[in-house]
Amino acid sequence: MTNRQSGRHAAFFVTCLVDNFFPEIGEAAVRLLEDQGVQVHVPRGLTCCGQMAFNGGHRAEAYAVAGRTIEVLRGQGDVVLPSGSCTAMIRHLFPDLFRGTPHEATAAELIGRTYELTEYLVDVLGVTDLGARYEGRITFHDACHGLRFLGLQQQGRTLLNHVAGAEVVPLPGSTECCGFGGMFAVKHAAISEAMLARKLANINSTEADLLVVGDASCMMQMAGGLSRAGSRTRTRHIAEVLANMTGVRG
Amino acid sequence: MTQANLTFHERVDAALHDETLQTAISRATTRFVGNRANALAALTDEAALRDQARAVRAKALARLDELLIRLSDNVTAQGGHVHWAEDGAAVSRYIADLAQDRGVRLIAKSKSMASEEIHLNQALEALGMEIAETDLGEYIIQLAGETPSHIVGPAIHKTRQQVSSLFEQHLGMSPTDDVPTMTRTAREALRRQFLQADMGISGVNFGVADSGAIVLVENEGNGRLTTTLPRIHVAVMGIERVVESLDDLKILLQVLARSATGQKLSVYTSLLSGPARPQEPDGPEEFHLILLDNGRSTILGGPYAESLLCIRCGACLNICPVYQAIGGHAYGGVYSGPIGAVLTPLLQPELPDQHHLPYASSLCGACQEVCPVRIPIPDLLLRLRADAVAAGKAAPGEHLAMRGWQIMMSNPAFYRAGSKLAALGSGLLAKDGRIEQLPPPLDTWTNRRDFPPVARKTFTARWEERQQEQAREE
Repeated sequence: MTNRQSGRHAAFFVTCLVDNFFPEIGEAAVRLLEDQGVQVHVPRGLTCCGQMAFNGGHRAEAYAVAGRTIEVLRGQGDVVLPSGSCTAMIRHLFPDLFRGTPHEATAAELIGRTYELTEYLVDVLGVTDLGARYEGRITFHDACHGLRFLGLQQQGRTLLNHVAGAEVVPLPGSTECCGFGGMFAVKHAAISEAMLARKLANINSTEADLLVVGDASCMMQMAGGLSRAGSRTRTRHIAEVLANMTGVRG
Repeated sequence: MTQANLTFHERVDAALHDETLQTAISRATTRFVGNRANALAALTDEAALRDQARAVRAKALARLDELLIRLSDNVTAQGGHVHWAEDGAAVSRYIADLAQDRGVRLIAKSKSMASEEIHLNQALEALGMEIAETDLGEYIIQLAGETPSHIVGPAIHKTRQQVSSLFEQHLGMSPTDDVPTMTRTAREALRRQFLQADMGISGVNFGVADSGAIVLVENEGNGRLTTTLPRIHVAVMGIERVVESLDDLKILLQVLARSATGQKLSVYTSLLSGPARPQEPDGPEEFHLILLDNGRSTILGGPYAESLLCIRCGACLNICPVYQAIGGHAYGGVYSGPIGAVLTPLLQPELPDQHHLPYASSLCGACQEVCPVRIPIPDLLLRLRADAVAAGKAAPGEHLAMRGWQIMMSNPAFYRAGSKLAALGSGLLAKDGRIEQLPPPLDTWTNRRDFPPVARKTFTARWEERQQEQAREE
């Protein structure tokens, strides 16, 4: 079941959303890594990848924050994030942000050792069965940035398929965006709500107990919609499911 | 449905509440998306073909000047005339002069986004010319006095019932929603126009430099009639639409119809090389190719050059959840959807609301995923957002908020304090573990969604406590 990786170290970058809104996801992710024998450390002073400012077009502010993050992560070994979106910010967007700047080489070096959590578990550590158990029906949403900018499609499903007791049902339109999009959800709330409405209809059609997502940002959107609609379907990050921590949050 | 005076947000709101529009867009995009997926799945190596298509387009852009001159030389050698137009005004002037000189009264026109881009019809109508759109979709919106809502299907925002009423009103058709009856009615009306027109204006899907041919991709045959029946044929081509050779064309034709409508090839693919030769019974007496720049040469060397790879298949519109929600007209520019959100700020910077368009995207990346020439549309949207901010177009207070965010995220002590403050604030707002009403400027979130409260203790704080405990134990 476990495939112990003695001597492997990883820096855990919790991301600002998980840190502030869903600390349990961070704890679940650390538990998963430690269960695999990975020595986890959290570099002091890590805050944010800078995506919010970057996506808003505020490149100077994004540059300042992301540049600092690069420096904090220098020499920290593998970096693992419980977010496809923040990982994609580093791997896919840092090259554009730092092109022709003093951080360019450091950013390139960081990109080569940065991983999203499920990607790290399945592709780097080579584990698929984490010994998790969940009695109920699960459906999985493909978060856009992980799917399209990191190519994550099978990793999450493979891990969920090994959760004992769980019935994993496909989510119709699982690759369609939930409508979050950062500040898009606020600036263009009406469009975001229309996208969410379609997503919620698809989620409801699965009659799942649990909607599982790999990104806290998409979770906020879909859980917010489900909660407002009074749905019985709860939303959890995949790390919480895999670490048997679905009951920790309300 | 003239929406010129509405703001972007007002147009979006209107579209979201227009049930007929929602039905029409949903039907059309669902069909397009499904057909495209099936057509591409049938290819043995879709990825390689798209790589080739991108390479063909990139090569053409890299040697644009050389290829355009070659195209021009070959068109001229075949008896055609070539006119280089810097902008829309230059195109209208050239066509108007030509029409006046040759005594043209009626112009038949086949579908052309380039002509839409420069509002050619209005310009020529203002000079007293009559224009008949002959593509069925374009004909419908011409009758309705509207603009195209989609690059490939200009009237996809209309339901069958709406088209039927238009035909009743304008063509005297008896009430019916039988599609064959409706198309027959349109064909009869259009056939008269074809036979009377003195000039045909077409767009150009591709111009082949080596052969001097222009290529028209269409399904109705109206493009063929437009370019062969009237005695003068004028083709309007955006300068970026050149390809070097017929071999290159072959690659692009394999991806264009598949990406657009899911067809292997469109019903009609015409390669037109100049006017009719003396021994040929059909074809126009004169052929004029207008090469339209209209800002493209400025885009070419800059950070948005990849937008010129576009072959106008419309796949990014169909797949886009934002386009699916609001349709094409809400974008306000000639080009809509994801590629429109890139092109409109570049080609129509004078539109007051254009800076909103790059923000009207969740950056989900579906557009890039289906693009047959792999244009990184989300990256381009992000650059346009940075341009909008640099041009001072950010919402009031937003820049200040971002400066505050930067200071907080750059200093762990401030970050910790900020987390605690946010937890306190959200503690006041939250009930039963959720926030039902956020204060401005985030209040729009909670119109239809709950918001999670900020955790009382961050992961970082919990981690530090754990480290301290472990240190004590050791």
